[in-house]
Amino acid sequence: MTAETIVATPVLAVSGATKLFGAVVALDGVDLEVHAGEVLALLGDNGAGKSTLIKCISGVHKLDKGEIRIDGAPVHISSAISAREFGIETVYQDLALFDNLNPTANFFAGREVAGPAWLPRGLQWLNQRGMTTRTRELLDRLQVRLPDFEADVALMSGGQRQAVAVARAVAFSSKVVILDEPTAALGLRESARVLELVLRLKENGVAVILISHSMDQVLSVADRAMVMRRGRKIGEALANHENQEQLVSWIVGARGDVAI
Amino acid sequence: MPEGLSTPPAVEPVASATGPSSVNASSDKDESTPIKLALLALKGGPLFMLLFMVIFLWFGTDHHLFWSFGNIGNVLEQSAGVCVIAMGQLLVILTRGIDLSIGSNVSLACVVCTVVFKHSHSPLLSIGVTLLIGLLLGLINGLLLVKGRLPHPFIATLATLSIAAGAALIIAHGSTQLGAPWIVDKLGGGRISQIPGHGPVGWFPFAAVVVIVFAIVCWVILRKLVWGRWIYAVGGSPEAAVRTGLPVNKVLISVYVMSGLSGAIGGMLFVGTANAGSPFTGVGMELNAIAAVIIGGGSFLGGRGRVINALTGALIIGVLHNGLNLVGVNPNWQQIATGIVIVLAVELDVIRAYVENRFRNLQARIT
Repeated sequence: MTAETIVATPVLAVSGATKLFGAVVALDGVDLEVHAGEVLALLGDNGAGKSTLIKCISGVHKLDKGEIRIDGAPVHISSAISAREFGIETVYQDLALFDNLNPTANFFAGREVAGPAWLPRGLQWLNQRGMTTRTRELLDRLQVRLPDFEADVALMSGGQRQAVAVARAVAFSSKVVILDEPTAALGLRESARVLELVLRLKENGVAVILISHSMDQVLSVADRAMVMRRGRKIGEALANHENQEQLVSWIVGARGDVAI
Repeated sequence: MPEGLSTPPAVEPVASATGPSSVNASSDKDESTPIKLALLALKGGPLFMLLFMVIFLWFGTDHHLFWSFGNIGNVLEQSAGVCVIAMGQLLVILTRGIDLSIGSNVSLACVVCTVVFKHSHSPLLSIGVTLLIGLLLGLINGLLLVKGRLPHPFIATLATLSIAAGAALIIAHGSTQLGAPWIVDKLGGGRISQIPGHGPVGWFPFAAVVVIVFAIVCWVILRKLVWGRWIYAVGGSPEAAVRTGLPVNKVLISVYVMSGLSGAIGGMLFVGTANAGSPFTGVGMELNAIAAVIIGGGSFLGGRGRVINALTGALIIGVLHNGLNLVGVNPNWQQIATGIVIVLAVELDVIRAYVENRFRNLQARIT
């Protein structure tokens, strides 16, 4: 669809990304592009450099060489907070939710709606109702249903928690959402719901980068798949069943079209 | 075409998973209702415990002595200081911290208040200096933890416990200092005569009013201000707090400052009650403050605890001591009783965690 049109500027474009840890080359000139409303799967064995690439994009690490462009304009991402300001949100494997707070408080952690503005931030009065309304609207839009909206996140199942974490990532009009193995800790049915949520992010025009070890999941939700190996990008293909063997052989490092 | 083919298998299981859940929701609500009620009851656990003790003592004492205006007034006045420092301790424990120096802080406040008053005869100066010293002690605790990078608040506040206790002894020359500013005397030891009951003298202590005002301040901070939201967030997950860009260090310093302030206020209440300041008033009192928070369901794992419950915890300790006195139990048994109450309260918390886990599993099944 729109993602396929060549003229459109990618929301996020990384070119020549290089990262060294001492003598170890973790990333070696990697290019990556993702468009609005597109799901890009990032594949590769452990130690292929996926996580390093993600961390460079989300501001945890700094690139030694290479360029990151957002909507075509080069940007300098100095920290996790600055990445978020550029519209890049990352959902980590271990969630990073506040278990003792309810979904609304989690959504607005660090960016609470409060006033009056002339008071120091900490002494501002929380606008609970406004935040609750906005959270409810967003969860409705993403069709995330929670049995008890006011309950602490600790009282929710793994899938519900993951849904809250993903929804939080898109809560503040972010352009790019990075999901690091969002279904790793979930059962089949809850995984399905999270994948369904990924498709809805796509419908809402968000660019999604999905790290997953499950080829089935990748084929079902991703538009394109990019394979990394030893810090290099070694291939990219549409994520469909015709290309499955090719993708697998890239991941395991087999040459040509030999499948395992 | 191939893309079109690849999507349906994903959507299908999803559709079948969402379909029944919305239908089931109403019938499964019934299944989770008893668990929700149990959770609610456990949340109010400390209040029930206090209520039970009060009813027991009401009927258990001769001539219902416990439930007389005079005695209730005494319990409230004697508990007031611990109530205040328990709330300060709550803020600290919410961030996974601990303030061991609070007892020494109380002692220091007692002697600073009386000694400054003795030399200046100025109530305002004496109160101001006492508050300032409490605040400074809290600030030092916070800075030691955050800037001094001491590995755990236990160590930082253990050090200041010793320092403040020593300072109190030096300032008071090791003995009780008599005399208190009239405001302190009134607020710590006075009774409100307008509230009908115990004759023209009044029974309801001003100290209880101080406790209520401080409780409202703490409640507003924790439940209504951004500050409190951050306190709960830092305690709930320090790592997530860093990742979301919260000012973790400032939040940590702020709770120790509040705890220090509560020590100064609590100390002055004791000065008012006795009309004197002793450098030994606060010895061991940090344990009462911590016990009150824990009895009130606060968690050392951080992020869990409420003002009303910490207050209840402090009152439980006060009522326990008063009640055991009234029924004529050897005072040496009081500490043992306090220990038993702590165990009971924490067991209630263990049960709560179990019930919550049941609830979570139920959630996973119905969605």
